[in-house]
Amino acid sequence: MNFAPFAAAAWLFVIGLYGVVSSQHLVRTVLSLTVVQSSTYLVLLGVGYRLGGKAPIVADIPTKAKLVDPVVQVLVLTDVVIEATVLALLLALVIQAHKRFGSVDPADLRLLRN
Amino acid sequence: MSRRVRLLLFACGGPGLLAVLLIGLHGLPAFGDFHGAYGLVVDHVEPGQRRATDIVTALNFDLRAFDTLGEEFILFASVSGVALLLRHLRDEDEEVESSRSVADHRFAGASDALRVLSLVLIPLLVSLGVYLALHGALTPGGGFQAGVVLAAGPLAILLAGRYLALKRVAPEWMLEAGDAAGATAYALIGLGGLIFAAVYLKNFLPLGTSGHLLSAGMMPLNSIAVGLEVAGAFLLTWTEFLDQDLLVTREEL
Repeated sequence: MNFAPFAAAAWLFVIGLYGVVSSQHLVRTVLSLTVVQSSTYLVLLGVGYRLGGKAPIVADIPTKAKLVDPVVQVLVLTDVVIEATVLALLLALVIQAHKRFGSVDPADLRLLRN
Repeated sequence: MSRRVRLLLFACGGPGLLAVLLIGLHGLPAFGDFHGAYGLVVDHVEPGQRRATDIVTALNFDLRAFDTLGEEFILFASVSGVALLLRHLRDEDEEVESSRSVADHRFAGASDALRVLSLVLIPLLVSLGVYLALHGALTPGGGFQAGVVLAAGPLAILLAGRYLALKRVAPEWMLEAGDAAGATAYALIGLGGLIFAAVYLKNFLPLGTSGHLLSAGMMPLNSIAVGLEVAGAFLLTWTEFLDQDLLVTREEL
């Protein structure tokens, strides 16, 4: 059971990659990429977890309480922001592709026009 | 490369990648058995020396304040990129836009129940967003989370009424100004550190009492600045995409 979060992360990474590879719709490609990225959340949070640890907010808990690692949580926050920005940019590019090529199938984007 | 070839290649490489990932991750310390020293030090330093009780926010706006500056500019650059990509297209279709009336563009498929509920949600979302931004250093929250919640408030106007009502409440110039002002404010707070504490982004404000609203030095200010930027950035992105939808629907008419 101890390995379950990391196994789930590896599975998310590979299944997201499969989504990217097998995609026939660019929006699906982009969403699959977010599945790949969500595996990093699991790894980061899994690494920083301490058994029985509390959330690193010391407002209402005893000062000697065991806390989970806050550093990886901040990294996950950064990760989420980056994912949101990448998602927005990629979706804007999908709209561009649709206007240029009239299709959102990655297979139709092979030819560069002018 | 056709889809068939791609899938075939993945069938060869995918399981191998999964195996390598699993072996690699197996080398990590067991789940729940973490011994990183840095986090433990932070757990002591931030509540003690900065009087912050939310250590995640404290890390974000104090120890990793410089990284947050970069993160903010990434968000800023990406929103500029989205606006650049989509507005170029809008110019292309300007004739279409001017020829049709945009008086009644409602969110398709919104039932009356959804409209009423959204109306109730707007003040709640905005006040929750403001609360999260102000209490970033005390309880779970902080600028980034607050910005997203704040941005969801005006978005509920779209669900409750018309898209144009959203545009009237949150016109593009205001969103752009909020986005830019938030990013600038954060950089200027850092400059304050340079002037008054000799180090960029170092805390230079009184720390106050732990647990009070005005405590933890410059963290509440940073939190507000980031909240403003994120709210502006998200709303601007959504507006750009919704504008595209408006264009596409009208072309199909």
